[in-house]
Amino acid sequence: MMIQVSKLTKKFPDLVAVDGISFSVDEGEIFAFLGPNGAGKTTTIKMLTTLLKPTSGKILINGFDPQIEPNKVRQSFGIVFQDPSLDDELTAFENMEFHGVLYKVPKDLRRKRIEELLRFVELWERRKDLVKYFSGGMKRRLEIARGLLHHPKIFFLDEPTLGLDPQTRYHIWSYLRDLNKKEGITIFFTTHYIEEAEKMAQKVAIIDRGKIIALGTPALLKEKTKTDSLEEAFIALTGHEIRDEKANAVERMRLRRRFHR
Amino acid sequence: MSAIYILWLRQLKRYFRSRSRMIGSLAQPLLFLLGLGFGFGPIYQRAGGGNYLQFLTPGILAMTVMTTAVFSGIEIIWDRQFGFLKETLVAPVSRLQIMIGRTLGGATVALIQGLIVLLISLFFGFQPKIFSLPLALLFMFLVALFFTALGTAIASVLEDFQGFQLIMQFLIMPLFFLSGALFPLQGLPKVFTFIAAVNPLSFGVDGLRFSLINGTHFGLSVDFLVLAILTTLVLAIGSFLFSKIEI
Repeated sequence: MMIQVSKLTKKFPDLVAVDGISFSVDEGEIFAFLGPNGAGKTTTIKMLTTLLKPTSGKILINGFDPQIEPNKVRQSFGIVFQDPSLDDELTAFENMEFHGVLYKVPKDLRRKRIEELLRFVELWERRKDLVKYFSGGMKRRLEIARGLLHHPKIFFLDEPTLGLDPQTRYHIWSYLRDLNKKEGITIFFTTHYIEEAEKMAQKVAIIDRGKIIALGTPALLKEKTKTDSLEEAFIALTGHEIRDEKANAVERMRLRRRFHR
Repeated sequence: MSAIYILWLRQLKRYFRSRSRMIGSLAQPLLFLLGLGFGFGPIYQRAGGGNYLQFLTPGILAMTVMTTAVFSGIEIIWDRQFGFLKETLVAPVSRLQIMIGRTLGGATVALIQGLIVLLISLFFGFQPKIFSLPLALLFMFLVALFFTALGTAIASVLEDFQGFQLIMQFLIMPLFFLSGALFPLQGLPKVFTFIAAVNPLSFGVDGLRFSLINGTHFGLSVDFLVLAILTTLVLAIGSFLFSKIEI
């Protein structure tokens, strides 16, 4: 078992973001974590990846508890966050190098893997360019390459294809499928494109208002709801109501920046 | 160690790449040196104080280092906004190492900025004592460390830029104006003497002034001890606050 979560809960002063969820992900599995906005997906990922302390419940990542051995957990996973997390003032190569040094990948191996991975995501020719000149899709590809540099056993992707064109989305998923087949890497991802989950995932969990309301293979969920596609099953399970997500301070700031441009 | 090094290196690369920031933050100290240094020079001379530029320059150096250092520390808010902070926080490196790497990086940047101003001040006619230059470097670095750690501590509890102007108006400016950077602390009203004595920058200014041109208010060992103790303290507090950051 690569990820094991039981009765995980996160309470904030004004809401229960994650409410006693339990699930597990096998080694080599592709697992989709779906839910409407504000359902608790990102909060869950933050707890799994040592960024946030759970209020209660238990997590095991690759056999390690994030609260007891955070660094062993951190060594076990790679992550692509929902928002960009590159240093714009560094080049693509320097972003990779920075990551490799932090994860203590020895220099020779590091240089070899950086080249391999940058070629893999087709950014090797652009390695000396500052990231601030990259498009959204290029940044995403670089983040994927970076997340794989230390050969993690688990790869977390929080809406990795958000805002990308179909070509780039197609590319990214074919990289990931390749990787899963060749290296047996476990993939845990969230997305709003339900058809991506249907195509890619072996197991799907649907979370709503902090609780897991469905868990199983895409086929099982369709059967249960008597629908033809996972998207219809998703709507059947979560309803038609549109959710509002509260923006935190960082998001508010980002919005303001967008308006000022 | 390598983690601290790469974090330090990152700060330096960012500094050398943002020319506009470098030049922008040189404008203020140079303006002070020119405007105040030459403007008040004659009056200061007539009052028997000697060469005002000589007196003023160490104060302006301390101000430069302080301002750059506080902003280097506060850069964490930027990293938080642009997401890069998450990348460092999920890495298998202790928060303490991250804090140390960043602080050393920020302090080095502040020190370089101070050295550039020192170099330019020579062209304005500033004449430092050459042999105690290493001592001046030490004080500049202490001031740099202290204020980078302070900036980091503040940035760890601030969520966005709302409090940013406040820090500028209610921290940096008062510290500068009430530090003895611009005027001698001797013979001031008691309130002023007291404020200057609880202002960390005063000790940096005083130590720098002693090592560059002679003349001290508190005494060299007091300057050094106070700064060293305060720096250790604020580093500890900053590390604690930084380790509590949740995203």
